[in-house]
Amino acid sequence: MTEDKFKRDEDLFCPGHRACPGCGAALASKLVTEATGPQTILSMPTGCMEVTTTPYPESAWGVSWIHNIFENAASVAGGVETAYRAFDKRDKKGYMDHDDVNFVVMAGDGATFDIGIRSLSGMMERGHDVLYICYDNEAYMNTGIQRSSSTPIGAATTTSPAGEESLGEDIHKKDMPSIAAAHGLEYVATASVAYPEDFKNKVEKALEIEGPKYIQVFAPCPRGWRHDSRNSVEIARLAVQTGMYPIYEMEDGEITNVKEVKDRKPVEDYLKAQGRFKHLFEKDEGEEVIKDLQKIADVNAEELGIDK
Amino acid sequence: MTKDPYEDLKISTGAVTDPKTTLVNKTGSWRSERPVIDHEKCVMCGKCETFCPDMAVKETDEGKVEVDLEYCKGCAICAEECPVNAIVMEKEEK
Repeated sequence: MTEDKFKRDEDLFCPGHRACPGCGAALASKLVTEATGPQTILSMPTGCMEVTTTPYPESAWGVSWIHNIFENAASVAGGVETAYRAFDKRDKKGYMDHDDVNFVVMAGDGATFDIGIRSLSGMMERGHDVLYICYDNEAYMNTGIQRSSSTPIGAATTTSPAGEESLGEDIHKKDMPSIAAAHGLEYVATASVAYPEDFKNKVEKALEIEGPKYIQVFAPCPRGWRHDSRNSVEIARLAVQTGMYPIYEMEDGEITNVKEVKDRKPVEDYLKAQGRFKHLFEKDEGEEVIKDLQKIADVNAEELGIDK
Repeated sequence: MTKDPYEDLKISTGAVTDPKTTLVNKTGSWRSERPVIDHEKCVMCGKCETFCPDMAVKETDEGKVEVDLEYCKGCAICAEECPVNAIVMEKEEK
């Protein structure tokens, strides 16, 4: 490189990664590194971000980054954190103090909701000082859009296809933040890439807390959700504005901060923007599913007090 | 005596790569449309920079927002999010 006009020295998440154009998870990764700073050890399991950012022998990361298999990102981060605690105790030279390092996991929804839930639960139970960030794109996008337990009802994926007999996914999305909160976590939050400052503030706030923390960030996937790449951020915003993906903070199990929405939009606005819900508008039975989804949004709004 | 099949086996300690090395991969070649910024209209709000998933839009030392066409994949999020419509997408020509 001849000149550093675009200040690549400052980037902790670098371009050249192979994520699709308009990737919400890549945007989330950038925001995470901006919030954590360079003194971070990031553990990442298999998933879109792992595959696209670290094709051997390249790496897009400017922070220490450790790869592990699908199910144990939280265990690895817990182990690294424990090692630093041991170094501190033995006054081991050549390593930073435990309190000066941020231990972070960044995992997709498949690795969090399904495959990695065991290690995540164990990490939270043991009380490691680790921030777990889940980028939620509501299916296994890396392997070709298979459903995960994060996929909302009505969404078409390759393993819950819409067709003559099917209206897409028929199981409700798992409420992962509540599962995390049930472990007695001091801090649980949801965020969205459409509200980057809010997301970064939540990461910074979480890192100041000692012990396990969980943040779930909504990250649209143009390829899997069948929308134009230019609409990624707009769709993330619609998810919040319709009540489909409320963003809130939970401290010690209590909701403390909710992003309020003025004139909440109908869920159709959110659904129509994506090809994965297209079949709901083409079939008569689809109306029932849309009603169900509207009900989910209404319940969210009522329970959390989203309406301004 | 039969030979121990594991005698010559070397256990790998895993692979270590250097940070920020994807910079060698110029993803600009993926692009079918390029963002063009109208600097007259631009109000320097920084939204394009914030929302770019490829770190391709940045404010340079000249005090202008510029697109790094070596890496821009042409997703058009910047054009969509610009509050004053100062960014338009133009077809790439061969």
